[in-house]
Amino acid sequence: MALAAARTAPAASTFDWLAAVKDAAITALLAAALGLFMVGFRTADRGAAGLQFDYQFTDLLIACVAIFLGRLALTAASKGMAWLTLLIGAALLAAAQGLKLPSDFLTVVISLAGLALLLHAAWALLRGSSAGAAAIADVSGRVNAATVRLFPWLGAGMLAFAVALPFMPFADQQVMDLGILILTYVMLGWGLNIVVGLAGLLDLGYVAFYAVGAYTYALLSTQNGWSFWAALPAAGVLAAMFGVLLGFPVLRLRGDYLAIVTLGFGEIVRIVLLNWVDFTQGPAGIGSIPTATILDHPFVESPPEGKVAFHQWLGLEFSANHRLIVLYFIILVLALITNGVTIRLRRLPIGRAWEALREDETACQALGINPTNTKLTAFAIGAMFAGFAGSFFAAKQRFISPESFVFIESAIILSIVVLGGMGSQLGVVLAAVLLIGLPEWFRDLGQYRMLAFGLAMVLIMIFKPRGLVAHRDPTIRLHPPSGRGSPS
Amino acid sequence: MTGSLIQVDHLTMRFGGLVAIDDVSFAAEPKQITAIIGPNGAGKTTVFNCITGFYRPTVGRLSMRHDGHEYLLERMRGYQIAARARVARTFQNIRLFPGMSVLENLLVAQHNRLMRASGYTLLGVLGLSGYRTAEARAVDKARGWLDRIGLMAHADRQAGELPYGSQRRLEIARAMCTDPRLLCLDEPAAGLNPRESGELNELLLSIRDRDGIGVLLIEHDMSVVMAISDHIVVLDYGRKIADGTPAAVRADPAVIRAYLGEADEGEGAGHG
Ligand SMILES: Nc1ncnc2c1ncn2[C@@H]1O[C@H](COP(=O)(O)OP(=O)(O)O)[C@@H](O)[C@H]1O
Ligand SMILES: [Mg+2]
Repeated sequence: MALAAARTAPAASTFDWLAAVKDAAITALLAAALGLFMVGFRTADRGAAGLQFDYQFTDLLIACVAIFLGRLALTAASKGMAWLTLLIGAALLAAAQGLKLPSDFLTVVISLAGLALLLHAAWALLRGSSAGAAAIADVSGRVNAATVRLFPWLGAGMLAFAVALPFMPFADQQVMDLGILILTYVMLGWGLNIVVGLAGLLDLGYVAFYAVGAYTYALLSTQNGWSFWAALPAAGVLAAMFGVLLGFPVLRLRGDYLAIVTLGFGEIVRIVLLNWVDFTQGPAGIGSIPTATILDHPFVESPPEGKVAFHQWLGLEFSANHRLIVLYFIILVLALITNGVTIRLRRLPIGRAWEALREDETACQALGINPTNTKLTAFAIGAMFAGFAGSFFAAKQRFISPESFVFIESAIILSIVVLGGMGSQLGVVLAAVLLIGLPEWFRDLGQYRMLAFGLAMVLIMIFKPRGLVAHRDPTIRLHPPSGRGSPS
Repeated sequence: MTGSLIQVDHLTMRFGGLVAIDDVSFAAEPKQITAIIGPNGAGKTTVFNCITGFYRPTVGRLSMRHDGHEYLLERMRGYQIAARARVARTFQNIRLFPGMSVLENLLVAQHNRLMRASGYTLLGVLGLSGYRTAEARAVDKARGWLDRIGLMAHADRQAGELPYGSQRRLEIARAMCTDPRLLCLDEPAAGLNPRESGELNELLLSIRDRDGIGVLLIEHDMSVVMAISDHIVVLDYGRKIADGTPAAVRADPAVIRAYLGEADEGEGAGHG
């Protein structure tokens, strides 16, 4: 800490202005060259006059000046001149807010950049002073210890909230829809956590199993009249079989290679769904899929002959919300089953073998563990839960098409697992709420929603590189834990 | 030599044009410590990799015998060699499961037995009690080894957090938890201080005498080799240049020539 302080002082006197300015100028020039065609020219449809170029050189110039200053500020911060960073950050923020820039986009981006620089500088200044560094170490240590102790309570609290949510006064249709969406991703995250978090197999095609589950229920219900509950196990089994099918060819692959092949597999499944029109109705999708019911009581105001509607059965007033509430509890139970099974599996030999495989496959082989079977079970069980979630999705949407199963879905599910902290069940919930819930709440941000989303993700990865919950409890203990934290 | 635990015949391993092992034959007896020594790059680790199925030998027969069965290792898949032929090994660069606890490392080593007890997971998920007793027994076995290697107090710590010497001992204990008949140790004393090295000798002797396990030992430290091994095989440039008791090997002119001025320490290619 004293060292850090000492480093700051002499560095300031030897700051190489010329090199820093040159470096910033080169960066700005590069940005100008790259941006010339993307930002500088814009084609505009002028009706009768046809397509014409619009020139936006002012935008480009402003962007390049901002980039020059930003780069200079970053160099200054890394060379122990945080006050300069502070100054530039404040200037950028003030300029973006005070001046009338030609586009909203520039205003937002430059404001954010200025803000980020300010925070960066403040952080660097704080860490530079030895008292500040000591305070940071102390606080972060205490916060870590406290959060680890809080985890079981946090989990219980979130479960209680999830159960109570449909009965809250503010739980309108929109809230229930969002709740169902988040829970679906929580379930998918927990399923993928088995493959990626526990077994360490980087799977970029997870959405394929979700699609298999969805199409299984859609086809069995619309063509063979199966109910949701009858089709659910079939969807799980079929998805698991696809998991094994994918597992076999990729068993020998590790890391990046595995990721690429699984990505390809996900695309193949989607393209087959798109092109096998006779079977899947291709891009038109499958509609009028029956919803999930409880004991075959339909969610309608006046049921057909011989049937008892859900609200009559329970003696309630009819409400269009009933269907959503029932679906909400179905996905809640499905997700909790996923969680319960995963927690169980982690404490069984198969779960420990998965984690061992993630840690060191060579050592596993030397201990007589069959890597083939171990990986295949991880793929199959992970895929099975995606299959369950897929049939739920079909029952909820009542319409599915290949468009719902694009790569970005796999990427989002994987982000949930990675952001949550590989292997952490609680982390998946936190990350799903953050990644799925927040963007929905911030719809007002309009087109900057995804920007904020990206920024949030970058910030989390900078400050918590191992995910929100990096803590791992052993699956079995010889001695009672030293803290009060109990395994959850 | 039909009584041998493992019989290596005409083992040859080529990597492209490089002959890493050239027609090497030797045997290791049950309840004995057999040391394989030789300068760096002599092919010692490669012999281990052939025995434990990480490399498929170019030529040669590797026959492992125990409990009235014979296993031809060159034909078996890697994990089966550990599971059925009962050959366990450690690695020149330690390979623990660093993010898992010490106890978990020892339980993973008992995977196959526990897997059967959990009804290949199905019964275990349902929480049937047969698995509980099997797990309790596995924990007892782990506890026994933790006691022997002096890590009882650290059972719940992450294996990767342990000091180097403890990691070495844990890796040996983990290999022993697989219930091997032959234990192959690749430079277990490398990087240990003299006190730890002495403790390691005690451990290896107790594995031989108390557990009755045959040990194949790659070791650079001559004092260790001479003190505890029953039989020494000397390799040089992939060839066997001597084979016999410590006293005979020490006096062998070929060995003296190979080691003259050699002061080798360091790492060879570790694994496959
Ligand atoms: N996988 C491999 N591919 C190519 N050459 C290898 C491989 N493994 C070992 N070798 C070579 O075989 C020789 C013996 O290596 P090794 O068995 O590690 O020696 P030692 O353990 O006796 O120090 C070395 O020349 C090494 O480079
Ligand atoms: Mg070696």
